[in-house]
Amino acid sequence: MAQLTGAYPVAGLRARPGLRERIDLPKRVVFAAAASMIFIVALLLAFIAWQGIQLFVKDGVPVGQIFSATWQPDSTSPNVTFGLLPFMAATVLVTAGALLISTPLSVGLALFLSEVAPQWARAIVQPALEIFVGIPSVVWGWLGITVLVPFLGQTFHDDIVLSLPVVGTVLTIPGFLTGFSWLAGSLVLSIMIVPTITSVSFDAFRAVPQELRTGSLALGTTRWQTIRHVLLPSALSGVLTAVVLGMTRAAGEALAVQMVIGNSPTMPAAITQPVTTLTSQITLDMGNTVFGEPWQDALWTMSLVLLIISITSVVLVRLINRRRMGA
Amino acid sequence: MTAASRTDGPSGPKPGLKGTASRSSILADRAATVAMWGTGVLVLLILGAIIAHFAIAAWGVVSPSFLVSDPSETALGGILPVLWNSIYILVLTMLIAVPIGILGGIYMSEYAGENAITNVIRLAEESISSVPSIVVGLFGLILFVDDFHWGFSALGGSLALTFFNLPLMTRLAEQALRAVPQEERTASLALGATKWQTIRHVVLPLSIPGLITGIILTAGRVFGEAAVLLFTAGLGTPPHYDFTNFDLTNPASPWSPFRAATTLSVYIYKLNSEGLGAFKNQIIDGSAAILISIVLIFNLGARFLGRVLSRRLTST
Repeated sequence: MAQLTGAYPVAGLRARPGLRERIDLPKRVVFAAAASMIFIVALLLAFIAWQGIQLFVKDGVPVGQIFSATWQPDSTSPNVTFGLLPFMAATVLVTAGALLISTPLSVGLALFLSEVAPQWARAIVQPALEIFVGIPSVVWGWLGITVLVPFLGQTFHDDIVLSLPVVGTVLTIPGFLTGFSWLAGSLVLSIMIVPTITSVSFDAFRAVPQELRTGSLALGTTRWQTIRHVLLPSALSGVLTAVVLGMTRAAGEALAVQMVIGNSPTMPAAITQPVTTLTSQITLDMGNTVFGEPWQDALWTMSLVLLIISITSVVLVRLINRRRMGA
Repeated sequence: MTAASRTDGPSGPKPGLKGTASRSSILADRAATVAMWGTGVLVLLILGAIIAHFAIAAWGVVSPSFLVSDPSETALGGILPVLWNSIYILVLTMLIAVPIGILGGIYMSEYAGENAITNVIRLAEESISSVPSIVVGLFGLILFVDDFHWGFSALGGSLALTFFNLPLMTRLAEQALRAVPQEERTASLALGATKWQTIRHVVLPLSIPGLITGIILTAGRVFGEAAVLLFTAGLGTPPHYDFTNFDLTNPASPWSPFRAATTLSVYIYKLNSEGLGAFKNQIIDGSAAILISIVLIFNLGARFLGRVLSRRLTST
């Protein structure tokens, strides 16, 4: 139904609108409230971008240096190098690990809620997911420290050797030193992003017209065949959006990750070893550095990188959904 | 047709049609069904395990005196000042974010057309939602702590939290307003009411249940947030608060918005990263249990209030 936008129910009912109607103060006020978000974003982009380029502008660090693998920010060290590659690599890898674990689980859960679960099961699982969303990240981090990290450290302390009968040893993964590791970070994040991926995929599955399901089932397919060959392809863009949103959340999460990944500013070597992400390094160092010193400027550059990642994901989501609209 | 009636039946083909689906595809269907049920069960198990874990871990720690004593280096102590700060910052944030969010939601639901400005507002909404909380905190650090010379302050923290949660509040308000049937608006306008009178006296009252739910869900997120507050509201150990000091300009007054205010979640983070006291683990377990309980109360409260209010409002 068309939205009624005019202030007057019938045109011509009143010859001339009064001054108050012409100014329409309420409309201006509510517009200002909504538009304040544009203002906030613009301000945030400007401030972070300005601070983020100081490392290059003020401190004269060549842009290429941030892609070096050496992180030696202390001005007293002989080779001061602001290589951000270890942090960027760790952010990508920890996030990728979380997505690999979380996506099948979350999409399965979304399918369960949308296609399989009877009313009563949905009435239990959906509120449970909402509580998941509400659990603060420091609590996830603490659970990681007290439950997950000791478990990993004690259970897989020895080297993990993967060998085949004829070929011999295929892969050796060093055992956990303490349990603080890339894997611990990915596992904690994978649980934290389940609600995001699930709820967005759920909406995508719900949006698939009922006729497609009925049509497929009428051809004699099983429910799983319908899901695989009809539902998943039709909802693909929605599921992709869900994964991108989960990725954004994982890449930006700071405290829970910082608490469990061990914080070693070196290139990620193995899934069992400690790493440091962009967010965790910022969290750790921001309080120990002085405003304006190159070390802190490098932290601002890291937050600019994070900002670029999140803006890219917003654009990505828009592109995914535009393709759907066009198709 | 509801999902239940659609999916309750056997998932395989109807009995008489047995020939159409092969044995292996029926097996695959069974396996997939089991796997999907498994994901649902897994979520419930994890949540149950978390709640049980903290119930056990916090046993013997959380007591009335834990809630009303000051932190201590040598004894178990309590969390009164940080709990107070969490509530203080929550209230301050909601006082700022709720009116702006509801007004913005009114614009998006009642006024916004399909045009470039609406599109830009939506883009801004999505952008803030996707910015990492730690980056929002850093933005607050430059703006409030450095440029405004406020130092670490409850007000700076609340404003940074407002920035971070405004998109959520606006979107939930918009959804609540959009849920009001179009006929209500048409009827009001047909009676000669102006658009604003219609919004004020018809649409807003009808959307109250949805708005309350939105407010409580936003509050739940604000209450547990730590990364935004780390560098805006501060992470020091709070002093002993004199609650009879109502001088708002005095930074020593717990009522003043211009004082550093370490919240419960930030306190957990701080204790974990630098706390060396013998009771560190118990205090964190107890604090985490309090945080989870409050989140549970918010969630259940939102559901309950939303249901009660909508029943009351629709029956009159």
